Amino acid sequence: MAMWMFLGSECLLFGGLISTYMLYRGRHPADLGPDQVFDIPFTSVSSFVLLMSSLTMVLAVSSAAQKDDRRTNLWLTVTALLGATFVGGQVYEFTSFYREGLGFTSSLFSSSFFTLTGFHGVHVTVGIIMLMALVGINKRGRIPGDKAEVVELVGLYWHFVDVVWIIIFTLVYLIPS
Amino acid sequence: MSTTADHVEHADHDHGDHGDHAPEAHAHEHKPDSYYVKIALILAAITALETSTYWVDFGAFFLPTLLILMAIKFVMVASLFMHLRGDSKIFSYLFYSGLILAIGVYVAFLATFRFFAST
Repeated sequence: MAMWMFLGSECLLFGGLISTYMLYRGRHPADLGPDQVFDIPFTSVSSFVLLMSSLTMVLAVSSAAQKDDRRTNLWLTVTALLGATFVGGQVYEFTSFYREGLGFTSSLFSSSFFTLTGFHGVHVTVGIIMLMALVGINKRGRIPGDKAEVVELVGLYWHFVDVVWIIIFTLVYLIPS
Repeated sequence: MSTTADHVEHADHDHGDHGDHAPEAHAHEHKPDSYYVKIALILAAITALETSTYWVDFGAFFLPTLLILMAIKFVMVASLFMHLRGDSKIFSYLFYSGLILAIGVYVAFLATFRFFAST
């Protein structure tokens, strides 16, 4: 119950950030807007990687329900690696944007874009830390209570960052300003 | 690989062992891995279709297509991967009420900017 309330409140946080981006995405210099800087093929691959991490996460939950610790740890680790690949792609994207002259304070578009995608990146990073911590404590056999439920709660958080990216990918990257 | 029925039995057994947890927490039916792989393949295909709009001109269908595909992916991940479909309805209400409120925030933002931009 608490986890779903938390995720509901997270919807509001990202709702506010996405709303701000949608309102400001047209506020940029003519030569430094979304159509000039976005690399859709690259971001599509990143999106695919994050989407597949949801599959590996649900396989980890399924393995935990079957009390298969080895497979649970394997899928949790693969999920964390896919998440790290996504975050790495985001860091590369931010760096290339900065080199093209798009800084955080360059325009209202850039500020709202970096805030939104940066917040999402931080959420993915927190998810990776949770996954690796879960693998660590699972290996030591120190997960309190129902192990499957603990893995599922972390899974809910991970799927949430995926559904947020589904929205961001369409509204921010695919729909031109 | 265990069967779906085994998984359900397993889930029930877990609840029996840990009575201090809410029974609705993961009372949903656990599916075989192949089921989730099929969903992931469908999601990947939808993502490929979405990405194709970057190269292929969909004309007037561009925006509705993207929004519908986005909604389908969202609902699939939320209901099938997050198991909202099999869980207690209250979880769906909590999650989707946050989403509806978020859309309300956007509409309120948009209205504010439209109606009070010149004042």
